[in-house]
Amino acid sequence: MRKVMKYTVIDLLRSRWTYFYCGFFFILSGLLFLLSNDPSQVIITLMNVVLILVPLISTIFGVMYYYNSREFAELLLAQPIKRTDIFLGQYLGIACSLSFSIALGIGLPLLIFSSISDLSIGNYLMLIVTGIFLSLIFSAISFLTALLFENKLKGFGASIFIWLFFAIIYDALFLIALSFFSDYPLENFALFASIGNPIDLSRILIILKLDISALMGYTGALFSKLMGNFNGMLVAFSVLMAWIIIPLVGIVRVSLKKDF
Amino acid sequence: MGRVVLTFIFIFICSVSNAEIIKVCATCNFTTISSAINNASAGDVIEIHQGVYTEGNLLIDKAISVVGVDWPILDGQNENEILTIISDGVRVEGLILRNVGTSYLEDRSALRLRNSSDFIIKNNRLENAFFGIYLERSNNGIVADNRIIGEAVDEMSSGNGIHLWYCKNIEVSNNIVSSHRDGIYFEFVDNSKVHGNISEHNLRYGLHFMFSNFDEYFQNTFRDNGAGVAVMFSKKIDMYDNLFENNWGKSSYGLLLKEIYDAEITNNKFIKNTIGVYVEGSTRINYSANIFKNNGWAIKVRGGCLDNFISGNDFISNTFDLSVPSNIEGNSFDGNYWSEYKGYDLDKDGIGDVPHRPVKLFNFIVFKTPEAMVLLRSLFVELINITERVSPVFTPKNVTDNSPSMKSFF
Repeated sequence: MRKVMKYTVIDLLRSRWTYFYCGFFFILSGLLFLLSNDPSQVIITLMNVVLILVPLISTIFGVMYYYNSREFAELLLAQPIKRTDIFLGQYLGIACSLSFSIALGIGLPLLIFSSISDLSIGNYLMLIVTGIFLSLIFSAISFLTALLFENKLKGFGASIFIWLFFAIIYDALFLIALSFFSDYPLENFALFASIGNPIDLSRILIILKLDISALMGYTGALFSKLMGNFNGMLVAFSVLMAWIIIPLVGIVRVSLKKDF
Repeated sequence: MGRVVLTFIFIFICSVSNAEIIKVCATCNFTTISSAINNASAGDVIEIHQGVYTEGNLLIDKAISVVGVDWPILDGQNENEILTIISDGVRVEGLILRNVGTSYLEDRSALRLRNSSDFIIKNNRLENAFFGIYLERSNNGIVADNRIIGEAVDEMSSGNGIHLWYCKNIEVSNNIVSSHRDGIYFEFVDNSKVHGNISEHNLRYGLHFMFSNFDEYFQNTFRDNGAGVAVMFSKKIDMYDNLFENNWGKSSYGLLLKEIYDAEITNNKFIKNTIGVYVEGSTRINYSANIFKNNGWAIKVRGGCLDNFISGNDFISNTFDLSVPSNIEGNSFDGNYWSEYKGYDLDKDGIGDVPHRPVKLFNFIVFKTPEAMVLLRSLFVELINITERVSPVFTPKNVTDNSPSMKSFF
């Protein structure tokens, strides 16, 4: 597994998309630091970008890599290597290079500019950590979708739809449900509904660290009471972990049964 | 006002003409303040020199001046009210009053004036007082240049910095009040002025009006309070040149207006408050030339507001500029600068050609279902805000700025 992972990472390092992705985040966050003198504003803008782009790019990367390296995978399948090792290795390779890009792209500007602005490092680290989690989650989901669909177009379509679902449709349904049942107490529903979506959960984890959390009023108070302490964080991150592990289990099961 | 000044001059002349200076210190004729007060007659000056005096409650019942030299300390030892004044024409200056002590049964205060008029309370330092300066049924006085620093922990067990009850013609100026329940509290106080004060770190309000009419406050700073200023059940209050800053928290406001009529709110700065102005049931209020910057909500209006005019204000980088109920009528929002305005100005007259709708769709939804706030800054919310701006359907029609300014006013 480690060898497959190593080759995947080397393969990805040879593609310029990885550098482009990393460079984009580096330039963006660097520019934001240079142009804005309000660190919390920097984090909010970066958060918007991270929450939209990271899942999207991870999704596309995952699908693309699977279909592109299919022949290589078939070659490996002919060798005496365990199937799970091959696919998990490939997944880990993608996930590693994506997470590494994020950590480097957002993290380096922090190291460079942290002396200039009075930034609270904890909030920024939260941004990086959620970014990494989102990369891991969405590349796993997209890898699984690609594995499920033999047809490239269908695979692409399905994984883009999954991204669309979590980024937009989920929130739309959420909002409709909230307005429809507005006569009832909804805090607990809001809490569970937002834990159910990794993007929403990451967004709330970051916002709770920022000043604007005060705008969220009673619901926000409930959230920060539940998630503000160590146990809450533990729950939030175990939910995020679950979002990685469930697709991974899927990958293992599908790859074992799949007829190539 | 003229009458007040005349009276002061009169008192001053009186005290000059037959004033006797009675010194109090460890080596003077009088070693206690109470004995000095007993021997003083109207118009005398009691000069208290450096030292710590623990004499319990002191009653001043004649028109004398009590002046501290080199900051003498009057200590209430956490169980007493310190100075109680029941005479007219008293002056208290240059004292340190400390350790009044919390009481759940009485409103103990460091300095209390009861049925007094024509007084001056100036340049004192109050430390760890339960209530600081407490005026009841007193008129025509000045409370100025005092530093009142409390140690309030929670609202239940704390008192107000400067507390006025049934007073008229009082001037509260240039005081620093911090860490009390309310910094300055007015109940049934008419024709009074509050200016140049700094009120910060108070648990509830920086300045609080209840049932008080014809008052004005200006050039004050309200910072880091539970809420900056609350004006409730009052008429004809003028508010201008104040700074409301950093009143940030889950239920914080810069300015809270509840059941008030005929107020003028001009030239104030509202910076980084959760809610800049929170309005409920207020009528005939003019907002002009104010700056609202970096607030959560610049103005949040609940029901029952009529004939409010909001014009000539700057709304810059607020998360929400305006939040209103859907059935709001008879209020005008014309002629402001909105940093969120996306319109254009073809005829170059400085006024945008397209009306601006300051209420975003998400804001409108949050007004109805506050829980929807968890979706703050999500992609979907940004999308519906954009679609609503392009073709408004849901946001209230009568909340529009028909002549939005292209440039900020300040």
